[in-house]
Amino acid sequence: MKNTVRNQEVVNRVVRWRDDFPVFADRDLVYLDSAASAQKPAVVLDAMREFDAHHYANIHRGVYRLSEDATARYEQARATVSRFLHAGSEREIIFTRGATEAVNLVAHSFARPRLGPGDEILVTHLEHHANIVPWQLICEQTGAGLKVAPVTDSGEVDLEAFASLLGPRTKLAAFAHVSNALGTINPVREMTALAHDHGVPVLVDGAQAVPHLPVDVQEIGCDFYVFSGHKLYGPTGIGALYGRREHLEAMPPYQGGGDMILSVTFEKTTYAPMPQKFEAGTPHITGAVGLAAAIDYLTGLGWSALTAHQQELQDHAEALLTSIPGLRLIGTALRRAGLFSFVMDGVHPHDIGTFLAAEHIAVRSGHHCAQPIMERFGVPATTRASLGLYNTREDLDTLHAALLRLKEFFDV
Amino acid sequence: MNQLRDLYQQLVLDHGRHPRNKHAMDECSDGAQCRHTEGYNPLCGDKLTLYAKVRDDVIEDLSFEGEGCAIFTASTSMLTEVLKGRKVSEIRGILDEFLGMLTSGEKEPDPEGLGKLAVFGGVKDFPARVKCATLPWRALEVILENVAEHEESSPAMPG
Repeated sequence: MKNTVRNQEVVNRVVRWRDDFPVFADRDLVYLDSAASAQKPAVVLDAMREFDAHHYANIHRGVYRLSEDATARYEQARATVSRFLHAGSEREIIFTRGATEAVNLVAHSFARPRLGPGDEILVTHLEHHANIVPWQLICEQTGAGLKVAPVTDSGEVDLEAFASLLGPRTKLAAFAHVSNALGTINPVREMTALAHDHGVPVLVDGAQAVPHLPVDVQEIGCDFYVFSGHKLYGPTGIGALYGRREHLEAMPPYQGGGDMILSVTFEKTTYAPMPQKFEAGTPHITGAVGLAAAIDYLTGLGWSALTAHQQELQDHAEALLTSIPGLRLIGTALRRAGLFSFVMDGVHPHDIGTFLAAEHIAVRSGHHCAQPIMERFGVPATTRASLGLYNTREDLDTLHAALLRLKEFFDV
Repeated sequence: MNQLRDLYQQLVLDHGRHPRNKHAMDECSDGAQCRHTEGYNPLCGDKLTLYAKVRDDVIEDLSFEGEGCAIFTASTSMLTEVLKGRKVSEIRGILDEFLGMLTSGEKEPDPEGLGKLAVFGGVKDFPARVKCATLPWRALEVILENVAEHEESSPAMPG
């Protein structure tokens, strides 16, 4: 009886959460593609509109009230991100266009000057292309090489192999907090400690983690942490880099321009201190405001409620999906967050995606910008159903029923 | 569901499941030109090697290797089946007609010109899938260009 009451409370809460998202108001939509990009709640849209309509001016420039107000709101957004990641100081937060730009910033300003021929950068087999290609680019430029830690058949990083690949030539280790293709939650604290044992600095790609787990960069101990706003119910074009103060202070700027200087003459330019040093040009001010609103919204719901809801959805999804004959989950790590990648005998993921789309179910079909891990599991692509806080058990029941109809349709 | 049935007609499902002419082609030794070209659809990972054996102005044989979705597999399979043994000029006409049906947005499918290839007309309603159906035809375009470079063939005749 008590359980029934609690379940009803959970259902009511999620229905209320779902109502926060205008996209669901006017269409029949089962949205299971939040790992690609999450929908935005009205509070985020309203915050951006309110800012643009009533508080907008360029920042760090005008001495007039409106500019001071805009600057204060932009810097408040930075403080919000800092609290969200549990950074030591808001000066350790750099706004970027997203996780991809943040990785590139670290590649160019931190890693590249430290690399020479024969040096190494260590990644894992399950990385998103955004945590592979920027390193390859600077490896090509410096003569350094990329090392890849293997993953097990369940989709977990092989920690022993990871540790054995760390050595005196390793200049940086970069790995995902949560895999976007498999859902694996990596033991980032342990991996960071292993790297630090060898004096190797660490970048953690948190793009898929921040919507699902409370993140504490100091507890992880990492040197850099990156994420994107649009996977966190915020706008596109904004994300953040956390970097430890001593690194950011020592790093040269990533891009040159306005807003990142103290003084400029044609002989010599003196750079602004961090974080402005890394924010050349007028940033996505409204995006930062929207991102802060998204973080406030998410943390306002509370991590305990969010993780309970997510766990319930994951358990339900796993039970439903694994009950379908001929369906194989790709990625069966013990600790997973937010998504299910799968293949089905006799039906290509792209055909699955189209069939589900016709049933108003949005999933992703493809290699998820993670081709190496697809190859690792011997599949060209998977279908990925990923969860957001607005999803319900009914969404998963709908997916399950559609997949059963799909098997009939394709006669498999 | 009806739109899905238009996309995945029985003929498409059949060729998707049981593709025809799916094998590599040996090098030519009897005076014919043997050509192959590769195609790749990065969006979904469809991979293709299309083989053609050309003698004078006739494509004597066509085959393929590759993996992909049902639309891609069926389109490639039917391409090889329908075009095998036809004249290059005739094939150019069919190719234009087929690509026009899926990409121009104007022409209605012409069942007479395309024969059973008109079964792919429904793909047009699924913009994300058009590339699956056209991939083998784009590969064929490359092969025909290569053939043209080697022969003093006349310009393509409209189909």
